[in-house]
Amino acid sequence: MKQQVLVLYLATSALDADVVGWAAYDGTGRTNPTTGDGDQPPYRTGVAALRDGWRLLQASQLIPPYPGHEYDMSFLKHEFFFEKLEQ
Amino acid sequence: MTTSYPLLPSVRVARFVAQGFLRLDAVVPEELNTEGISALAAGMPDVPYGIPIAEAFPPGTFTSRLIGLPAVAGALRSLLGPDPTVDHHHVHVREPHGGEAQPLHGDAIIDTRPDAFDVQLMYYPHEVTAEMGGTLLVPGSHLRRTNETDTGRYQNLRGQIRLTCPAGTVLLLHHGIWHAGRRNDSDRLRYMYKIRFNPTAPQVRTWDTADLADPAVAAELDARFPWYEDATGRLEIYNRVALWRAMTGDTTFDIDHWATRVSNRPRRTA
Repeated sequence: MKQQVLVLYLATSALDADVVGWAAYDGTGRTNPTTGDGDQPPYRTGVAALRDGWRLLQASQLIPPYPGHEYDMSFLKHEFFFEKLEQ
Repeated sequence: MTTSYPLLPSVRVARFVAQGFLRLDAVVPEELNTEGISALAAGMPDVPYGIPIAEAFPPGTFTSRLIGLPAVAGALRSLLGPDPTVDHHHVHVREPHGGEAQPLHGDAIIDTRPDAFDVQLMYYPHEVTAEMGGTLLVPGSHLRRTNETDTGRYQNLRGQIRLTCPAGTVLLLHHGIWHAGRRNDSDRLRYMYKIRFNPTAPQVRTWDTADLADPAVAAELDARFPWYEDATGRLEIYNRVALWRAMTGDTTFDIDHWATRVSNRPRRTA
């Protein structure tokens, strides 16, 4: 079995929120996803990925801002890793 | 640079502050593009960091004439102020069917200046089609504090721009914008020439401010982009307000009370 990985970035910390960004890695070698290869997200929400058979591996923790840095902006906060296992 | 050029109006500068880039389509004439392709193919000699433009690119050279075009010179002057210096320049070449897409990145290193920014010029001497894998740009990403390719995991973001453009197009970018060179899947060589400029004077009211009070300015600064998370999207506006205050000297400027509300601390009396 080989692993396919899907990373979805959602508009809020809720898994049923809209997808705002995405990445994919294909351990089967059948596809080669890369930077800037599509403008349409693979799913509208995180839950839509679950319904298509993707298994949730990891969700971002909710971490309070460091004092004095409440208005700083950096990485996307709501990152969800999914996997599928394929032959 | 020439001294006779059109400065940008406030509404265009506000768009740059919101989006992190300014696009000047087909501003370079065909004959200069033809010369440009030859010049880029021959390679550009390195220049020392931080030297005046006239030293880096003496009058008469291709680059001097490129950045002396009125539309380009006016936009650079509007964003950088007088007498910017040249940080560095580089010719990017993508072979036909060659290379891999770059990871999404910001150039140089994490840059936390709240009241100054460098401008990067990107010049495309030929048409860039979708197949040629033009630059990927993420509008509104320039104020995020991330370091170089640490954003490499983000392959695609909603609302991203996969640049296609006519020959002679120039982009001016805020130094922090997330971008990447995409894979060239065409049969054509793709050139992009980048020059980074550093300001040498405060970047305050360096453009044509006649329209500063136009409501269209605040409307530009209030732009949201599809990749923003709901909550951090609000912080984007807050941080744009801070930059606009620094660039205008107007410490009362605000949009929808975002910055005013959270700084309101009435003095208590006994």
